[in-house]
Amino acid sequence: MAAIARMLDSDLFWSFRRSPVTVISAVVALICVLGAVLAPLLAPHDPFDVATLNLIDAFKPPAWAAEGDRAYPLGSDDQGRDVLSAIMYGARVSLLVGFCAVLFSMVVGVSVGLLAGYAGGAVDGVLMRIADIQLTFPNILIALLVDGIARAALPSDVHDRVALFVVIFAIGISAWPQFARTVRGSTLVERNKEYVLAARVIGISQLRIMLTHVLPNVLGPVLVIATLGLSNAIISEATLSYLGAGVPQTQPSLGTLIRIGNDFLFSGEWWIAIFPGLALIAMVLSVNLLGDWLRDALNPRLR
Amino acid sequence: MAPLLEVRDLRVEFPTRRGVLTALDGVSFSIMPGEVLGVVGESGAGKSMTGAAIIGLLEPPGRIAGGQILLNGERIDNLRYDQMRRIRGREIGAIFQDPLTTLNPLYTVGDQLVETIQTHLGLDGAEARRRAVGWLEMVGIPAAAQRIDSYPHEFSGGMRQRVVIALALCAEPKLIVADEPTTALDVSIQAQVIALLKGLARDKGTSMMLVTHDMGVIAEAADRVAVMYAGRIAEIGPVREVVKHPKHPYSAGLMASIPPLDRRVEHLAQIDGAMPRLSAIPRGCAFNPRCPEVFARCLVERPALLATGATEAACWLYDPASEKHAPEAMPHG
Amino acid sequence: MLAFIISRILQALPVMAVVALISFAMFAYVGDPVAIMLGQDFTEQQRQALVASLGLDQPFFVQFAKFIWNALQGEFGLSYRLSRPVAELIQERAPATLELAFCAALVSLSIGVPMGVYTGLYRNSWLSRFFLTFSLIGVSLPTFLIGILLILVFSVWLGWLPSFGRGDTVQIGWWSTGLLTVSGLKALVLPSVTLGMFQLTLIMRLVRAEMLEVLRTDYIKFARARGLANRAINFGHALKNTLVPVITVAGLQLGGIIAFAIVTETVFQWPGMGLLFIQSVNSADIPVMAAYLMLIALVFVTINLVVDLLYYAVDPRLRVGGAKRGH
Repeated sequence: MAAIARMLDSDLFWSFRRSPVTVISAVVALICVLGAVLAPLLAPHDPFDVATLNLIDAFKPPAWAAEGDRAYPLGSDDQGRDVLSAIMYGARVSLLVGFCAVLFSMVVGVSVGLLAGYAGGAVDGVLMRIADIQLTFPNILIALLVDGIARAALPSDVHDRVALFVVIFAIGISAWPQFARTVRGSTLVERNKEYVLAARVIGISQLRIMLTHVLPNVLGPVLVIATLGLSNAIISEATLSYLGAGVPQTQPSLGTLIRIGNDFLFSGEWWIAIFPGLALIAMVLSVNLLGDWLRDALNPRLR
Repeated sequence: MAPLLEVRDLRVEFPTRRGVLTALDGVSFSIMPGEVLGVVGESGAGKSMTGAAIIGLLEPPGRIAGGQILLNGERIDNLRYDQMRRIRGREIGAIFQDPLTTLNPLYTVGDQLVETIQTHLGLDGAEARRRAVGWLEMVGIPAAAQRIDSYPHEFSGGMRQRVVIALALCAEPKLIVADEPTTALDVSIQAQVIALLKGLARDKGTSMMLVTHDMGVIAEAADRVAVMYAGRIAEIGPVREVVKHPKHPYSAGLMASIPPLDRRVEHLAQIDGAMPRLSAIPRGCAFNPRCPEVFARCLVERPALLATGATEAACWLYDPASEKHAPEAMPHG
Repeated sequence: MLAFIISRILQALPVMAVVALISFAMFAYVGDPVAIMLGQDFTEQQRQALVASLGLDQPFFVQFAKFIWNALQGEFGLSYRLSRPVAELIQERAPATLELAFCAALVSLSIGVPMGVYTGLYRNSWLSRFFLTFSLIGVSLPTFLIGILLILVFSVWLGWLPSFGRGDTVQIGWWSTGLLTVSGLKALVLPSVTLGMFQLTLIMRLVRAEMLEVLRTDYIKFARARGLANRAINFGHALKNTLVPVITVAGLQLGGIIAFAIVTETVFQWPGMGLLFIQSVNSADIPVMAAYLMLIALVFVTINLVVDLLYYAVDPRLRVGGAKRGH
């Protein structure tokens, strides 16, 4: 009770409530996440159940159009799949890949940052040089490259089975340097503080000092990078899938749906590509807005 | 003689999340032509804010909420931005605290001087440059004719502050607002810079408002001094009087905390407590929680500046109507 | 000046070396080039002949040195997919990508910088708010989606602009340009806007942030206290200081244009290097991937060098090597 009361009175919550845009984007983000997570319960159709698909239902426009069908609120695609259901299932894949990729790059980046900042010397030099070199190249290029190498290195049946992990790995590995740099910077600051020196003097292990003292102090910026990183990861995944290099066709993400719909843009069936696109925009925009707000709210200088 | 600058009942407010803060409240003083007024006080007392209000460059959301500022008898606090711009530099020059950050690093000092001179005096380039060299010589930059094409980072801190002084004076303003002009400098250079400022002001007949927390600087350079506390003037008067015979208990505490040069003391006096935050200024006299002489009236009624001999002090001790040291006697009204 | 350039080139060498090593490792160890090149039917003799001719039987360092030596001469072997020399393929595709990247950079800089300056100076005007909202949507829109939306509106619905290809091109030596024909220029519009949009919003936000930062500095306050005209303060003092960091990031962002060209070229079926690269990724065509990687690295390193030189030209503090600062 007291904790909730304290939270409601905090500056963070105050700045949250004061910004209607932030509240709206939080609501939109929540809807996206719920719609995706609860897709099997909420979606009107199961797009993966081939038995229910019927080509007679193909290319139905959205429900509000003249030839629309109430059973397909956002229309249907070339195989008679309900676009709304496909979006909900697709968002599941997009969010899953996004979250896992961010988590992966966060774990890698934070560990490397802590290690580099704490160990210093040659370890620091080498790790940060690698981060620098990688930062020279855009994330999407790294992700594409990793994906391409995996495709060439793995036999195609193995690759299809692990494709989802390959994408998560590719996107995750492309984003670790941002975490590593921030954490390293904060670690360097913390390392020389007296309480850390004191902890060392009384013989507490280095690992323990890092985990119990240094880590909590770098969580704020890490959280901001992770939030903004989530929207980047979702975009990266969608881009990879759009390019045909991402998740397998059997598990279509929003990017895959847009790729499929792209072919029907010219024949007038715009809804197949545009509605997944709008869903993607809503998801990314709301996460970006939340990230922006979090960054400003946690940055005392801007307050 | 009419005062050059007159500040009447100035009030500056900052709207914030937790309500409106009053940063300056009822500040009044004047500066005569050729006079140097020192303004002292702890940080946060409103010294710099007063200077910023006079040159019309309060940081938003700060704003002048009441009172008047008059230059040569004409109001300048309500001018439009562009009208005020013509006064800044030309009528009122400004010197800031940190010479390392006051000069634009990407322009030579000559560019910055010529630009200022041309903006206000409308001279052609060659003449403006000649004057710029002249000013650099006047503020004591050696080999000024060569140094004029140097960038700020090529000068030391003390030299840069001299350049800042040249920039403040080069359009020949009648008033200089100097905000802590020596605070960021090495102690050995402080005295030189103060001597330079004082000398130039005397030669040119320029008035100066010298904001500082250093009583030594005030004693050295100022004619009169205003002691500020919590956004109000506590005492104002000739420097000698205020230093030797401070009337306001706060000025008295301030003077007692300066180590005397002529004798040894066991320990310096200090004022207990701290200056209140702007959001928590007490009712009545702002100094009342720390004042050794506090009595009932101080807790409810705010004192205005009262003449006491050569100085004026905002203290009920000097109002004959006060029933001193009688906490049980309730004030009327 | 010369020392400065040399030191920067020396700093760039390790980056190139690492990239070369990765490219080579891909080339030599990923997949089985011999199997791919031989196809279905071959004898053991044929296989060994190919291994020998590719030099795959030699030690690692010899192979790597040979790879570098060949790369320096623009020699990257044959594409597995198209069985043509990689260098030839890239030379054929380069003009399309470079023209697209140039136009996109032009769009993003010529619109992004003024928008950033405006929103920095008039942070509370309704137009600034509009620009900021626009930029937020801009960074949240994946490049390919911008392309699709533009195609839907301007090609499918309005029918004003072509949705794929380069239009008519004119051959000047080995360089084919689309800048000299009406259909070529029309074909450039949508891809350039698509590719430039993300960078545009980034540059705008960056310029705005820097502008706000600079406007808070003491030297700008002092410039105001000297009574300089607003124009001189905003466009002389503030903008020039803003440009110093903006050059760096904008330069790196322009490098990003080359990378994102992959996406744009796919959306618009633009016959450039990006499309070539994505086709190679999808068919595991390692020689093309390796060559593309090296080329991109070279472009990035060059951009970094140019950025450093510009930096040097703008900021006098760098010119006097190790000038003393402080008191």
